[in-house]
Formats: sequence, C-alpha cells, structure tokens
Amino acid sequence: MAMLEVKDLEVAYGRVKAVKGISLAVEQGQVVTLLGINGAGKSTTLRCISGLIPPVVGEVWFEGERIDKLPAHKIVRRGIAQSPEGRRLFKNMSVEDNLLLGAFSRQDADGVKRDLDRVYGMFDVLRSRRHEPAGLFSGGEQQMLAIGRAMMSNPKLLMLDEPSMGLSPIMTQLIMRTIGELQSEGVTILLVEQNAQAALSLADRGYVLEVGRIVLCDSAANLLGDDRVRQAYLGAD
Amino acid sequence: MTEKLLARAGAVRVAGVVAAALGLVTVLLPWAYGKTALDNMTYFFGPSFLQLCYAILLLVALVALAAKWFRGRLGRFAKAVAWADTAKAAGLGAAGYALACLVAIAVQNGGLVMIEPGGWAAFGLALVTGGAALVLPGSAKPTLGKLKSPPWVQILAIAAAMAVVLFAAAYELNRADIEDFLVFGCFAVAVVVVGRAAGLFGWLSLAAANNRRVLSLAAFAVAFAFPFTQNGSDANMSVANQVLIFAATAMGLNIVVGLVGLLDMGYIAFLGAGAFTAAVLSKSAFATLSVDLPFPVTVLISGVVASLLGLLIGTPTLRVSGDYLAIVTLAFGEIFRITMNNLDGVDGPNITNGSNGVPAIPNLDFFGFNLGQVHHFLGVDLGRQSNYYWLLLVVIAVVIVVFSNLAHSRIGRGWVAIREDELAAEAMGVNTFALKLLAFAGGAFLAGMAGSVKAYRDTAVSPDQFVFLESAFLLAAVVLGGMGTIGGVLIGATLLKLLPEKLRFFEDYRLLLFGALMVLMMRFRPEGIVADERRQLEFHDADEELAEEVEEDLVSHHSLLNPETDRGAVA
Repeated sequence: MAMLEVKDLEVAYGRVKAVKGISLAVEQGQVVTLLGINGAGKSTTLRCISGLIPPVVGEVWFEGERIDKLPAHKIVRRGIAQSPEGRRLFKNMSVEDNLLLGAFSRQDADGVKRDLDRVYGMFDVLRSRRHEPAGLFSGGEQQMLAIGRAMMSNPKLLMLDEPSMGLSPIMTQLIMRTIGELQSEGVTILLVEQNAQAALSLADRGYVLEVGRIVLCDSAANLLGDDRVRQAYLGAD
Repeated sequence: MTEKLLARAGAVRVAGVVAAALGLVTVLLPWAYGKTALDNMTYFFGPSFLQLCYAILLLVALVALAAKWFRGRLGRFAKAVAWADTAKAAGLGAAGYALACLVAIAVQNGGLVMIEPGGWAAFGLALVTGGAALVLPGSAKPTLGKLKSPPWVQILAIAAAMAVVLFAAAYELNRADIEDFLVFGCFAVAVVVVGRAAGLFGWLSLAAANNRRVLSLAAFAVAFAFPFTQNGSDANMSVANQVLIFAATAMGLNIVVGLVGLLDMGYIAFLGAGAFTAAVLSKSAFATLSVDLPFPVTVLISGVVASLLGLLIGTPTLRVSGDYLAIVTLAFGEIFRITMNNLDGVDGPNITNGSNGVPAIPNLDFFGFNLGQVHHFLGVDLGRQSNYYWLLLVVIAVVIVVFSNLAHSRIGRGWVAIREDELAAEAMGVNTFALKLLAFAGGAFLAGMAGSVKAYRDTAVSPDQFVFLESAFLLAAVVLGGMGTIGGVLIGATLLKLLPEKLRFFEDYRLLLFGALMVLMMRFRPEGIVADERRQLEFHDADEELAEEVEEDLVSHHSLLNPETDRGAVA
C-alpha cells in the first residue's frame, strides 16, 4: 500500500474549482513530482493534503488512515510537513525561531535538538547567522531555511511547493542537490515544480497537471522522454 | 583651503566652549523677578535646582566640545563616545530647556518683563553652544554599545541608573506647580536625548541584557522604595496605584494585541469582570454573594471568572479576524457594561445592584495588618494608598513574570508566528484556534487579577467605570509603549494615566492632544516608544539602513552574550 494516497480529490475556492478530480499515490522512500503551469492546481492539492483547505469531494489516505477530515496541526503530527509556496517564512523572527516553529508539534526536546543540528549541518549559513531575522537572507538562503523548517518536524512525508521559484540557476541546482540528499537519506518527498527538467531528473515518478486534472502519469524517466512533456515543459521544439 | 577650513572649525569650537563656560556662570545670576517663578530663581550666587539642571546639560556640551583637544589622552571608554553628536544634543537641549524655563516664568509671573537678564543670557549662550556644535562635523556612530566592561561596572551602572530614575520620578511627582512639572519633564527628555546621542543608552541596554536578573531586582527595589519619597502624602501614591492597575491590565492586552496580533477593543470588560467578582464576594454590606474567603483565593477566582469570560467571547469570535474581531470585541465590551447595569433585580437577578454597583468594600487585612490604616515605618507615615501600592506591586510582578515566561516559551513563539503569518503557522502544525483562545483566556486572567485589587483599592465598583474609552486607552497604552514589550507597555501605561492626572488644566483638550499624539507616533515611530526588534523591521520594511543596523546589533549582542558558542559555530 502506498504511503500517501489521494482519491478523486476535488477542491474549490468558493465556486471556482481548482482541482477537479485528482488521484495520485506516493510510495515510501520515493520522490514524486507534480508538474504543471500556473493555475494547474498543484499547490491547491498540497494545501488540501496538509489540511489547510478542506476537499469538496474525495479522500486523502496516509499510512492506511483517512486524514482529509483532520485539522492541519494533527496532520503535521502524523508526519506530513510542508514547505509552502513562496516559502512564507516568519520574516521578522530569527532563523532559529523559524526552525523551532517547524518543530512546534513535537514534545521530544532531545530529538528537536538533534534535528536542529542536522539542519544546521546541511546549511552552514543558517548556523552562522542563526540569530538574524529570516527576512534579511537572500532568496536561496530563505529557501534553505524553508526546507529546513519543514524538516524540523521530522516528517515521514515532506511536501515542497516550488522550491526553485525565483532562484538563480546556481541556487536552483544547490536546492535540487539538497533534495537529492534528503532522498538518499530515505525521506519521502512530494515535489511540486514548474522547472520540469530539474524535478524529473530527481524524481522517481511524475504527474502532469493541467487545469485541475491529471493528464499524464508515468515514471520520471519516461516523462523526460515523452514528446508531449518535452514540448510543453522542457522547451524542446 | 583645507587649512583655512580647519582654522575656522577651530575658531567655532573655541566660541562654543567659551559660550558654554559663560553660560555656566549665568546660573549664579537670577533668572526671574518674583519668588513664585519656578523654584525661586531670584538669588545671586544661589542657583536653584532647575537652574542646576541647565548647568548639567551645558557642562556636558562643554566637555563634549572640548573632548576633541584631548583626543590622544582619552581612555578606551571615552573614545567610544560620539562626542560631536553629544555636544549637539546637549547644547541644543540646554537651549531648549532654557527656553522652556523662560516661557514658564513668563506664564507664571505675567509677561516677559519678569525675566531677568540672567535668564536671557542663559538661553542665548546655550543657543550659541548648540549652534557651534551644529556647524562642526558630526561624529561616527557611537561604539559604546559594543564596549566590553567588567560585570561589577555594569551592575553598578544599573544601580546608579535606577537610583537616578527613582530620584527623578520622586522629584517630578512632588512638583505642585504644573510649570515646574513640565520644565523638569523637558530636562528629563533632554537627558534621554543626550544619552542616546552619546551611545550611553546602547551601553546601558547591553549591560541590562547581560544582567537581566540584577536589572529586574533593581527596578523592583526602586519601585518598592517609592512610597518612602512621599513624606506620608497619599496623593501621588493614588496616581501610582491607578497606573499599576492600568499597566497590569494593559499587560494582559499586550498578550492578545502585542504577541498574537488580535485587535481587542473591549478589553476593559475583563478588568470589570475581575473587579465585580471580587466586589460581589467581598464583605461589603452591599455584596450580594458575600463569602468569607482569603484574599489570594478571591484573586484567583476573579482571574478565573475573567478568563472564562474570555473563553466565552473568544470561542465564537476568534473565527473571524482583523477588523471584524475588533468590531465584535467592541460590542462585547459594551454588552458587558450594560449587563452589569441590568443585573439589578429588576431586569434580571440581583447580582451587581445595577448602576449603584457595590460600594463600601472594606479594606483588606493580612494577619492584622490593615491596609486601610496609616503605618509608621522608617520615620515615614505610610498611608492607605501606599499599602495598596505594595500589594499592586506584587500583582504587577506576577503579571510581568507570567508575561515574560509566556512570551519566551514555545507557546509564545507560536503566538508570534500567528501574528506574522497565520496560514504558515497552521502549516507548521500550530493549532492556531486553540492558541488564540489561550491568549484570550490568559490575558483576561491577568486583567481579572488586577480587577480584584482594583475593587478593594477603589472601595467601590460600578458599571460606569468600564466604558469604551477605557478600552481605547488600554489599546493606546500598548501601541504607544511598544507592542509585545514589557518596558514599553509599562511606560505607555504610566504616560497615559499620569499625564491626564498632572495636566488637569488641559482636561478639556485631553482627547484632542491624545489624538494628535497618536497621529504623530504612527507617522514617526509606529513601533512605539520601546521597539520590539521584530516589530521594528516590520514597520520599516524599506529602510535598508535600519535593517543593517538591527542585523549588526543582533550579531554583536549575541556574540557578546554567548561568545563561546558563536566562535564554535563559525569555526
């Protein structure tokens, strides 16, 4: 059974349906990516999985239990963490406070301390400037912090919403390498991206969304070779 | 060319120093005709206290101007002072102060003719000193704040600063004449400005951060000693008690507004709930529920009742946010007052005696120590208000400890996260609804506690004490002082209760003045008098310089506080 399973999910903002019946599955240890242009419904799907907006129809199952009726904080406690779109750091709070907020749902002080060291180990710049407000950091550094903050809940499933958004190519590379490292540590990742090339070269599987529906779903390698994907997202003629 | 400029600068400096020296002589002259002018400035060779204040400012300006000539011989400490800026602030401050004196004399004694030449000379010479400092080149940012010093120096400095504060507060509050009060207030402001310019405050705040416990104890000791400066008079102690009750309530509101960022416009209701609970339970002949309880239990019950009310109002309303919450809480505040009016046995059960309220609440008595009686201690008569002052001091200490522990806890971090970005906080696993509710209940508990003491101090509780205007002033105290800070809210509460009390002649224009003050604050210092580090960035988003400054401060602050851990991290 898959770790995360989404069945016929429909989500609406008022009367506007953003997601019109999506089904997807993430296996333990996999990196799965959701591709698509703006407005395809990728972020909405993530928000719904993490309980920030309720679905209209459909179910979300995590480790064999239904979670689509649970409030967001209980879902975090079950082991799903999200680095939201646009990073949404607490800009006036220090790096360390941001990271500790990522661990808000945890009670094990020792574990939090260990994970704090782990995140600082991954991103050295965060350690050396840990008392500074997050808003003073560069875009790439803020993205590191956003990923680190999501990692602080020690999640079983990490959902990253467009981590490369607004970053320089070099920074994008660095962030993608970090995601690769997390993958090799065995973290299960659901990755939403517009940068299809970068995402597919990391992922095991990929889903392509268009206006709220899944139009393609295959292994990442196959998608990279698929003509339609190449034309629409990879800029090939 | 540059030589010429240098020579001219040298001449200006000499002129400034000479003017300052001459200015110092003017305090030996009379400034006014008529003994009633300020604190009697009519003697030759007998400077009055307010004249000496002028001399202090001018002396600082003189030293600061002359410091350039002794550059090579200055110590480490003196080198870190921003002398040129100090001279500027002190010189202009002295001029402003002298002007305030002249105006006060003219107003008090009926016209400018009442000013002696000495007064005019004092003003003119200070102006020359300040002007000279103004045209001379400014100094670099003071580095005093980054200077390391032995702990005993820091502790001594804190103690000295506290003693100065106690003396100044006692002197200021004991002024009977409004002119004296205002003129000395000008002096206090000038001293603060000069201290900031010199970098002394940066150094003091670092010393305070390093010795937080010493600072709190010293502040508490000063507050404790305050009644002894009153010579048995209860007038100022009564004002001080109002300030303390107001401050404790504002501190509760500070949780809701300052930390969580929820706008509550009906907060006075929680103070009222506490006050009514204590009154109804008291041994007053008019109490409807009179139960013989020890006072600490009454305090707890009052707090609990207030926080239950907080839960009651919070549960439905915390689902709306922003402006809507403000409107709902405003209405709630009014509903509370009207309900208290209606619980009179006619429109409902008789609990509060309606608009009569509960009068004649007897004084508290702790093991035979009756708070209503005058006690003689250390040669000073300590009246009823002094006794309640000490009780309130305990309450405010509890409130501050609770607030600061909450603010720095995991819960406090969650609160601030909700204020900054509620959706992101939710995504991080913060149970936003429960935390907001907790803030409502917790803040209300503090206000309820304050209310129970208020009931006994005022000896009467009635619904008309809890009008909307009071809620507005509470909110103003928090915003004016500095949202989310402890010191700021204490200062804000003091200003808002003390000034109306002292500036009685201004009563008709009180709200006008207050409105103007708020507009000016929002324009020039939206973060409040005491700025929370996080807030300061929030309000000055575009200000790169400030961002850098804060960054620098934070780094130097933390590396000084924990030098070892930081060195380890960099290596």
